[in-house]
Amino acid sequence: MMNQSAAVVVDRLTVVRGTTTALREVSLALEPATLTGLLGPSGAGKTTLMRAIVGVQRLTSGTVTVLAHPAGAPVLRDRVGYVTQDPSAYADLTVRQNLRYFARVLGAPAADVDRVIGQVELDGQADQVVQTLSGGERSRVSLAAALLGDPQLLVLDEPTVGLDPVLRRDLWALFRSLADTGATLLVSSHVMDEATRCDRLLLLRGGGLLADGTLAELQAQTGQSDPEQVFLHLIDHGIGGAA
Amino acid sequence: MNPRLLLATAGRVLAQLRHDHRTIGLLVGVPTLLMTLLWWIYDGGGVFDQAGPPLLGIFPMVIMFLITSVTMLRERTTGTLERLMTMPIRRADLVLGYAVALGFAALLQTAVVATFSIWALDLQVAGPEWMLLLISVLSAVLGVTMGLAASSLARTEFQAVQFMPALLFPQFLLCGLLVPRDQMPAAAEAISDVLPLSYAVDAVKEVAVAPDPTIWPEVLVIGAFIIGLLALGILSLRRRSA
Repeated sequence: MMNQSAAVVVDRLTVVRGTTTALREVSLALEPATLTGLLGPSGAGKTTLMRAIVGVQRLTSGTVTVLAHPAGAPVLRDRVGYVTQDPSAYADLTVRQNLRYFARVLGAPAADVDRVIGQVELDGQADQVVQTLSGGERSRVSLAAALLGDPQLLVLDEPTVGLDPVLRRDLWALFRSLADTGATLLVSSHVMDEATRCDRLLLLRGGGLLADGTLAELQAQTGQSDPEQVFLHLIDHGIGGAA
Repeated sequence: MNPRLLLATAGRVLAQLRHDHRTIGLLVGVPTLLMTLLWWIYDGGGVFDQAGPPLLGIFPMVIMFLITSVTMLRERTTGTLERLMTMPIRRADLVLGYAVALGFAALLQTAVVATFSIWALDLQVAGPEWMLLLISVLSAVLGVTMGLAASSLARTEFQAVQFMPALLFPQFLLCGLLVPRDQMPAAAEAISDVLPLSYAVDAVKEVAVAPDPTIWPEVLVIGAFIIGLLALGILSLRRRSA
């Protein structure tokens, strides 16, 4: 066991899907009340790792412990919020109908629905059918559903894809305030400047954990200052590789 | 099982249907139109009274099978199922919530089609008409439960639609509507004995000809199939996937 107090502990996790190894001996720990960025090229295993943490991924070997319970344990089901990569909401229901249903499933108070609608800035669209929303609005419906019931752990798979810079800034400010008030967040992203907003970064490549540290540490290790360059350097050379 | 979550799910599925006016129209309109066509090609009369009652159950069954398997598949492919599987809802509450909502839709659909067939098309049965309605509703609910069970076999909506001819047409051929079951080759009759539609058609044929029909053995068998298919639908839903 790496860390007794950690919110999430992944220990030598391997996931083999058919003939491909999606994750290979990945070990990591997430401290409570932190905002961690999960970076990596597409196909690196980010979504598989997130699915393992929320307990819907079949594991080949290794363990995943969430809030001191095995990932996916029934006691965790109202304490972990998950946003899938594709916005998951019922297209033929309104925003409010979607959130009301998920709130009932979670046993969250009805007032939570209005709170999360405000948090993702969808007040104006609350009674609109999801089908008629823009892509960015839909992904915010999906995010709102994950915020219901104040989960202790939030696992967000590319929640800011397709959003304009203003909304992205606002959502990252929301993520920061959630971490500051005690939630643990794991957020995957393709946008490297978002790395600057995280307490810590995890970099996956080819199913393996390539780097794990603060942006400052990774900048020092790679000798690069621009987050984009840090990322590219690590992908090309790994930790400690010559520039 | 948690009745609160079961009903929340049923309410949500019905709300989805309510938003889809065209589907509601098709749900009620298509079997009504098909019964009218049947009446028309047989010019009303005796053959219509023989072929009508079984088809009064079979048309809704096929439609409910399709609607159910596609709705359930949509839950899978849009990621909402994955989200629900991380939440405190039991698989039974989800599947039974679907069954209750779509069973209710099947009840409304069959009630409209049966009423129309009896009053407007003058469909005549020897037995009581409520028995005809009961078996037709049970056939439609069979369609719902077969759809729930089949949706786990399909990965895409494209595949789900193709399970309709794969699972329903053999039952249609063997149910005794085209050839009485006791006149089939022995092996075909044996297969028809384990298919749910055979019992629905047996019962409805009895209602068509007997003034005082005994349908309870068939109703019991159909009920057992419904429960078994629901159990299959629940067990085939997996929280974790590869």
